[in-house]
Amino acid sequence: MSPYLTSLRAIVTREALRFIHQRERFIAALVRPLIWLLVFAAGFRAALGLSIIPPYQTYITYETYIVPGLCGMILLFNGMQSSLSLVYDREMGSMKLLLTSPLPRWWLLFCKLVGSTSISVLQAYAFLAIAAAFGISMPAVGYITALPALVVAGVMLGALGLLLSSLIKQLENFAGVMNFVIFPMFFLSSALYPLWKMAESSELLFTICALNPFTQAVELIRFALYASFNGSALFWTLAATAAFTTAALWGYNPARTGISRKG
Amino acid sequence: MIDHISKSLFASAAAYLLSTPVSAGEIWVTNEKDDTVSVISTDTLEVIHTYETGERPRGITFSKDYSRVYICASDSDAVQVMDPETGKILHDLPSGEDPEQFVLHPDDTHLYIANEDDAITTVVNVETRKVVAQIDVGVEPEGMAVSPDGKIAITTSETTNMAHWIDTATQDLFANTLVDSRPRHAEFIKDGTEMWVSSEIGGTITVFDVATQSEKAKFGFEVQGVHPDRVQPVGFEFTDGDTHAFVALGPSNHLAVVNADTYEVEDYILVGRRVWHMAFNADKSLLFTTNGVSGDVTVVDVAARKALKSIKVGRFPWGAAFRP
Repeated sequence: MSPYLTSLRAIVTREALRFIHQRERFIAALVRPLIWLLVFAAGFRAALGLSIIPPYQTYITYETYIVPGLCGMILLFNGMQSSLSLVYDREMGSMKLLLTSPLPRWWLLFCKLVGSTSISVLQAYAFLAIAAAFGISMPAVGYITALPALVVAGVMLGALGLLLSSLIKQLENFAGVMNFVIFPMFFLSSALYPLWKMAESSELLFTICALNPFTQAVELIRFALYASFNGSALFWTLAATAAFTTAALWGYNPARTGISRKG
Repeated sequence: MIDHISKSLFASAAAYLLSTPVSAGEIWVTNEKDDTVSVISTDTLEVIHTYETGERPRGITFSKDYSRVYICASDSDAVQVMDPETGKILHDLPSGEDPEQFVLHPDDTHLYIANEDDAITTVVNVETRKVVAQIDVGVEPEGMAVSPDGKIAITTSETTNMAHWIDTATQDLFANTLVDSRPRHAEFIKDGTEMWVSSEIGGTITVFDVATQSEKAKFGFEVQGVHPDRVQPVGFEFTDGDTHAFVALGPSNHLAVVNADTYEVEDYILVGRRVWHMAFNADKSLLFTTNGVSGDVTVVDVAARKALKSIKVGRFPWGAAFRP
């Protein structure tokens, strides 16, 4: 087997093992969106108002509306969790071991992205299955068409996690990520409320929400869950992925980090 | 191999075409505020025609051969007869004041019309265009129904809160039965052995045994997250075999699916705002509801009990009728 594939298998297996061994992490990752879906959404049922916006063709409940946003939430938190684990790896020294591999650094980071995205997508599907069990279901074909959208969104948020992990030096600084990245990204998006609703209250907030790459990722998932294609959301999600990946590669540049690779 | 695949594909396509239900037809919807009717294709689920009518069109029904459509133009104090092929008004029928709902007798000739402002039910012969009888009923008559054998007609009166039973042979009342507040709609089912009346303010449906005109059952509705005051049953229709009823629950913006044997509510379906009435397509696989406030018609998949699409029509859609 080529060394590239060996490293891919090793890194993905490590991610999978870590995920399997941390069952609490899996449960926590599902409990969070489920609380939003079954508690928060129930209370805010009337808040959405009644309006038909694409990709929906008729009136929907608030629970139905926030499902794609909560899938995005899973991907977002998982991306950040992955970033947290990289910071941990750096502190524990296992990252040094990884980065001393003779393979190019971009490939190692790509493997890491594949591992974290696979787990994110798996969790998103587990969440969709539980939501369906509670009667909040999408068209059957949507569960298939959502897969590429979840992968693209997962890669974008994983790349963001990589970028952050290259910038955060200590585990203690991670709380800042919660306050300055996760919360603003989630709340300033179309995950919980449609953007036309945001435009009604503040044009500035609407503009920020529209520019937020997380909004684009959520809309990409939303359309895909209804077997519809949102070209602009795909474009901006891919553009954000390219930007985050480039910045992450720069962040992990040996010349910059001082963690040089031994030939 | 290729031959085998192409044969299989052809067989599958043929089977699909044969199994696809023939659902070609139109749903005609009256728009109260626009003084129009919107015609929706049951195939494309799009509005294909809009025709002008008299003022405030509400009740709508077709003649047996679908060559004429009758429309209650309430504020024009007329029942209008339209040619559904051209959308042209052929003539008006004498209807009494403020006709709101009506029902065509199985003889295809007599139209029973509720005159809301006059507290009467007017019987009009659609051939001679003459009033045959005017029957005193309760205050603000609205709901109209006729038994499948044509022997009994029902008028419900919104303020008197009664179902009035009319003998169509003599055009006289032979029974009056109390129901809950503001009865709006009535239907006979199960070969005319049962009669259902919805009460908008009472929030209930009362089921009568037709032979004895006695109350057989009564049930209400509870929509999660909606105040009970907003759960107001109005129009309803029955699926094939009268097994289930779909009931419009007005400003609760939901339809209820009721088991017609156990009288239990099995499901609620979110539709547009202030749902009034509804009509099925040809094979009863799709149901079209008129949503007054949101100005649209929601298409419901009857088997899946799911709303598929909402179609914009005119302002304040009210009545609905199917034409093949």
